[in-house]
Amino acid sequence: MSSRIELLNAGLLRSDGRRPYELRTLSINFASQGTADGSVTFSHGLTEVRVAVLGPREAKAGSRRETLHDRATLNVEVQLAPFGVGERRRRGRGDKRLLELAATIKSTFEPVVQVHLYPRSTIDIFIHVLQLDGGLLPACINGSTLALATAGIPLFDFVCAIAGGVHGTQPLLDLTTVEENDIPSIVVGVMPRTGRVTLVQMETRLHMDRFEEVFRAACDAGKVLWSEMRDALRERTSDLVEALEAGPGAFAAKEVEEI
Amino acid sequence: MLSFISFSRPTDSTYHQSTRHHPDVEGLMDVDDDDLTGSEPRLTCPGETITSSQAFMRGHGTYVDKEDVIASVAGTVERVNKLVTVRAIRTRYNPEVGDLVVGRITEVQPRRWKVDANSRQDAVLMLSSVNLPGGVQRRKLESDELQMRNFFEEGDLLVAEVQAFFSDGAMSLHTRSLKYGKLRNGQLVTVPPILVRRLKSHFISLPCGVDLILGLNGYIWVSKHMKDTDQGEEGFDAEAVYSNKNEDIDNATRAAISRVGNIIRVLADHFVPLTDSLLLEAYEWVIEQEGDAKYLLLGDAGDALVAAMSVRG
Repeated sequence: MSSRIELLNAGLLRSDGRRPYELRTLSINFASQGTADGSVTFSHGLTEVRVAVLGPREAKAGSRRETLHDRATLNVEVQLAPFGVGERRRRGRGDKRLLELAATIKSTFEPVVQVHLYPRSTIDIFIHVLQLDGGLLPACINGSTLALATAGIPLFDFVCAIAGGVHGTQPLLDLTTVEENDIPSIVVGVMPRTGRVTLVQMETRLHMDRFEEVFRAACDAGKVLWSEMRDALRERTSDLVEALEAGPGAFAAKEVEEI
Repeated sequence: MLSFISFSRPTDSTYHQSTRHHPDVEGLMDVDDDDLTGSEPRLTCPGETITSSQAFMRGHGTYVDKEDVIASVAGTVERVNKLVTVRAIRTRYNPEVGDLVVGRITEVQPRRWKVDANSRQDAVLMLSSVNLPGGVQRRKLESDELQMRNFFEEGDLLVAEVQAFFSDGAMSLHTRSLKYGKLRNGQLVTVPPILVRRLKSHFISLPCGVDLILGLNGYIWVSKHMKDTDQGEEGFDAEAVYSNKNEDIDNATRAAISRVGNIIRVLADHFVPLTDSLLLEAYEWVIEQEGDAKYLLLGDAGDALVAAMSVRG
């Protein structure tokens, strides 16, 4: 025990100085990435992911069989930078863990994206993990939500995901790698408008009596994340609208009636 | 000669980072952002309630849940009588009949070509909706089906008009006009489709010897100026229309083409809507700066261009 890092000290501070319910710094960068329709670089503390969304577009020749006549298909690909992870290891496309992660993200977004509007198309979500310090799945999901929104793809709602765990009897939020390795944890993805939960993932064993407390804390944290993500998106939208209307030689700004 | 320009808007506005607070105090610091002034366009985020579904009808970019009309995209709210729509600020091209588009052939299929036109599905160009060599009135023959690659091959660029839609929403194109057809002698620049507004004419001829085709799908073709040959319907020259070879382009024209291409790229990066007069002014400004074609892409030249254009506009 003594050789291990103390996850929560007597003063209820965690190994990185946070309080149990404190989230890590969030940063959201909407800089465009190549030809992507929507893109975002999203980081929770030291975990950083780049998400690019392309589509809705015609499926590539190889995967055209999988398109559906009544809705769009989602295609998620996750790549882990070898330098971004604790142990340096090359992971190919066929890495089971990454495939599972991609499948989880896909099933999280299937009920959220309005796929019925785009028959026979695909929406590609490409995720590059640049740095990893715990909370991989939440960062991927939050990043994808914003990237889909910036690509102008209709969503029923945001999805805000966060990891939660229990140290002794104390619930913790937004776990780092050190914490993730040691304590039982869950990942919760909520749709903040309705409070509906689209994702709960549990890879470790967690005591039944503790589950509810962590789950509720994670749902609340999801709403906090939402307000940040929404503000960031709104800021970008207003910047673009401003540029569009203030642009030289712009057409007379259309009068929009207030509802 | 010195000229002074005002400061440009900070370009790192794509970056969002603000002070984070403990969740307990977060609620206390929330500013109510519902008080929007009347003249400002109202902005939405996915999942944001716009209005009641009892009094209004939902349009594009919205959905109804129980009693509310809710936005599904990030953009501006528009209202026509009782119809509420949200126009996404960045999205793929939404085709309408009669639109002029620039596209690239992706596939040759029986009696049709598939064309990438920046839309949600590839567009279709039927063999029957292109001008075949030997007169406009000529009917298509079996032999035409066998030599479709003589007209358009994979990777060829073309300009066409949206003719109709299929039941699944895919668009059908036609090139049955002398204005339309295969593109050569230039380069393609891609911009967000919202930046290309509907103009009186989408074929623009700049005095610097450059022709522009502003496709409504955000694909812009910048090419060497072609002389207007006043040939009637009879003078349709299949050899020239379906030719894959570029004409000789002198160095001055090449420089002008890349300069115009870079101007469009810079303006698109700053999300400025494109018009013919704006492009013309921008070109004159760039010539005044006496830089070469790549000058615009270096350092702050792009910001300076946009700032200068804002001052004039």
